[in-house]
Amino acid sequence: MAELPTKTIIGLEVHVQLRTKTKLFCGCSTKFGGAPNTQVCPVCLGLPGALPVINEQAIELAIRAGLAIDCDIPPMTKWDRKQYFYPDLPKGYQISQFDLPICVDGVLEIEDPADPDATRKIRITRAHLEEDAGKSMHDEAAGSGDSRIDLNRCGTPLLEIVSEPDLRTAEECLAYLTKLKETMVHLGVSDCEMQEGSLRVDANVNLEIDRHGEVIRTPIVEIKNMNSFRNVASALHYEVKRQYAEWEENGWTKETKGKRTFGWDDVKEVTYPQREKEESADYRYFPCPDLLPVRITQERVEEIRQTLGETPGEARQRLQKQYGIKEYDADVIVSQGRAMVEYFDEVATQCGDGKRASSWIQQDVLRTLKEQNADIETFPVGATELGQLLAMVSKGELPNDRARDVFKHILENGGSVENAVSSLGIEAVDESELESLVQSLLDANPKVVEDLQNGNQKAIGPLIGQAKKKNPNADPQTVRQIALRLIEQA
Amino acid sequence: MLDSAFELLRKQADGEVSAVEIAGQAIDAIEASQSLHNAYTHVDRDLALATAKAIDEKRAAGKPLGALAGVPVAVKDVLCTADMPTTCSSEMLRGFRPPYDATVVEKLRAADAVIVGKTNMDEFAMGGSTETGAFGATTNPWDTKRTPGGSSGGATAAVAAQTVPLSLGTDTGGSIRQPSAFCGVTGLKPTYGRVSRYGLVAFASSLDQIGPIAWSAKECALLMNTIAGHEPRDSTSLNKDVPDYVAATESNDLRGMRIGVLRESMEAEGVDADVRAAVAHAIGVYAELGAEIIDVDLPHREYWVPTYYVIAPSEASSNLSRYDGAHYGHRSETGTNLEAMYCKSRAEGFGDEVKRRIMIGTYALSEGYADQYYNQALKVRRLIRGDYDAAFSQVDVLLGPVTPTPAFELGAKLDDPIQMYLCDLFTVGANLAGVPAMSLPAGLNEQGLPLGIQLQAPALEEARLLFAASAFQSATDYHTKRPRG
Repeated sequence: MAELPTKTIIGLEVHVQLRTKTKLFCGCSTKFGGAPNTQVCPVCLGLPGALPVINEQAIELAIRAGLAIDCDIPPMTKWDRKQYFYPDLPKGYQISQFDLPICVDGVLEIEDPADPDATRKIRITRAHLEEDAGKSMHDEAAGSGDSRIDLNRCGTPLLEIVSEPDLRTAEECLAYLTKLKETMVHLGVSDCEMQEGSLRVDANVNLEIDRHGEVIRTPIVEIKNMNSFRNVASALHYEVKRQYAEWEENGWTKETKGKRTFGWDDVKEVTYPQREKEESADYRYFPCPDLLPVRITQERVEEIRQTLGETPGEARQRLQKQYGIKEYDADVIVSQGRAMVEYFDEVATQCGDGKRASSWIQQDVLRTLKEQNADIETFPVGATELGQLLAMVSKGELPNDRARDVFKHILENGGSVENAVSSLGIEAVDESELESLVQSLLDANPKVVEDLQNGNQKAIGPLIGQAKKKNPNADPQTVRQIALRLIEQA
Repeated sequence: MLDSAFELLRKQADGEVSAVEIAGQAIDAIEASQSLHNAYTHVDRDLALATAKAIDEKRAAGKPLGALAGVPVAVKDVLCTADMPTTCSSEMLRGFRPPYDATVVEKLRAADAVIVGKTNMDEFAMGGSTETGAFGATTNPWDTKRTPGGSSGGATAAVAAQTVPLSLGTDTGGSIRQPSAFCGVTGLKPTYGRVSRYGLVAFASSLDQIGPIAWSAKECALLMNTIAGHEPRDSTSLNKDVPDYVAATESNDLRGMRIGVLRESMEAEGVDADVRAAVAHAIGVYAELGAEIIDVDLPHREYWVPTYYVIAPSEASSNLSRYDGAHYGHRSETGTNLEAMYCKSRAEGFGDEVKRRIMIGTYALSEGYADQYYNQALKVRRLIRGDYDAAFSQVDVLLGPVTPTPAFELGAKLDDPIQMYLCDLFTVGANLAGVPAMSLPAGLNEQGLPLGIQLQAPALEEARLLFAASAFQSATDYHTKRPRG
């Protein structure tokens, strides 16, 4: 039998880890990747007698995020305890926000994947702050049955952004997530690194099946553990089919079957029910008596609104127009966040060559940041230094490869371009000096000369290498030109 | 007789005695009384002597000394100490050593006090008789068949048995004032937020306060000078200036002070005739001192105990969920999986009264019941606060009974929680409203048991409270009575 007309109803809950230096309620570092249980204190360990104190930076970032997705920021927000037992939750409750979240009633406008000229508005129900739990590592492979707990992540600030069930396809979900991630990264609110868990997605899904005018709703399933955007799409595609088949098989509807929690197995590529108790969880929310409600004035909201600046889309447009770089390049820079756009602006202005700035940032800067797991804000080669350096390249004062040496030197030692240039002994090489060097190399390498005369351009490689060895300031391009001219003249 | 804190400070300053000698005497007294009174859960002679020696050396070197230099102080075992166990008199935390000091403990150390030990209490401060803990009952130094009251019964008995001049207790629903009344000593529960709760193991976070216990109001003032004040690590701590409380007790001139008598409390059913007489007598003393006596009422008084016994257990059920055996404290050896480990650890680690309150609180916060119980209690709490505001618009201080009766016999109410909860009839109002309140000695009954009166003042008016209490003590000698021992 052919399938009946079906509509998919999806709402997303996205947890983004806020980019604060310290945790939500204590002074411990939020840095990813530390040795287990080294970034903890009596507060985030939930030791008897320890008390939470709110991190103002988290409030600031949450308001920024909320404004960027068109939320209202109510004048008062408060903290509630959500209670459940789990070993990675040392207090036995999570401090979260229940009935008065910090952000409400937002909208995220996304590109419609079905129509390149259209957009869709996805309503945001709310966004609330909460503390993260630790990590449990169940050593099932070893067969010992031991579980290990790392509480470094415990107390890290999360913003949970809850959409209305306005999404209809996996592709729309991808567009929504992409836009949300881009916005959060751009504003410096979050790194949104799914591998590091700083962006996590849960999806609530069900179907509306139109059986000859009668609309049947399948039971809602919440899918967890989708650790990449690709997995979100795969899980949703799978779940839609699974729910339809389930309905065909046993006729379950939203009215007859409660909400269930499923996981996503990215090896078997299936969603599967997670073990749950019979009764639904009662978290016994109540206001956290250790924290005062937070009052947020309209002035504070407006002040933060002033700092939001251009949106990622506006930045992309401007970079292409202002510096003549390609859409793809603008995209890469903007996707790194506001701080990177500012860095690029400065470098491009200083050196007067947007394309050169773009290519250096994409090749040298981004690669180094990735290798060192570092931030552009604390990158040793500041925008001013890189701008000056590239200006020298643009004016022909410095060959590209020597500029890389300077870059590397500043990266390792800090300091100015001037200092790096002088400590590397970089100076302009006199043309005649270089000519006599090349001549002596040609005399010593008759085979190279012969090969070049026979049209083998590659043969010049070793010659350039030798020239650079004798004089590190020799520019490979110039050496090549001189060599070819000398051979021709000879 | 043990010298007062002030006398100990003077004698050291005059070179009559050293801090080491004082600490030695205090530890001797504790050890001599421990088998009879069991007021302490932990005593450390070497640590106390080492601390005292360092203070003597500072004095000898002419270095500046803190306000409590060389004065022995006992600390209720619900306050974190890095160098002594902190057990809350619970099997759950037997032997537990926190890695840090509570703020008040830090402040005691900074004031050069000598912390001699930790005092016994009802388990997790839940109870009114210091009988429910894992280390056995504390007895009342006035009559060892009787309770010292609770939950700070160890702290008040430690003072009453003259082992230390000063101790720190905590008060969630009367846990400083009721045992102070039963032990014939003076105790103060400060305004909520006046003293930092950082390092106080939470029972009911919106009600808990730390306060001083001593023979006299003046000595309570001395200890308040050290422990009061804002602290950023406690978000509920009040950022208000701290007056000199000792200076506030210098004057006895009560003319112009309006004292509101809680006549209905005094005459309530079940209030012992001697207690009633003690309050009536105190009214006379205050009138003679020049105070204006006005009858006032706190209309929602009958809802205090039910409101308290919804809010406090609700918060407790949450605060105590961290004791699950996973990270620290008691872990059952018999659990075969995670859930069994949780259940058995908590079943073995907690006593009956704690379990009872966890169950009451869990129920009161449950979906479908929270509106009826917890949320309703919050609304009543606002009405109770309003009563206090109205009363304090008429009078400066409230006067009434602390407890319906003097100390009862050990075991008398242990099997009857409702009777035990009714001991809090007059004390929980101050916690629900967040105002400061004091208990002071007001005579002995025919059996030689202490009787107490309670004073209450508006928020942050501890100085007024101590002034009124000290004036009473300058006109009477009840606070100088000592148990035969």
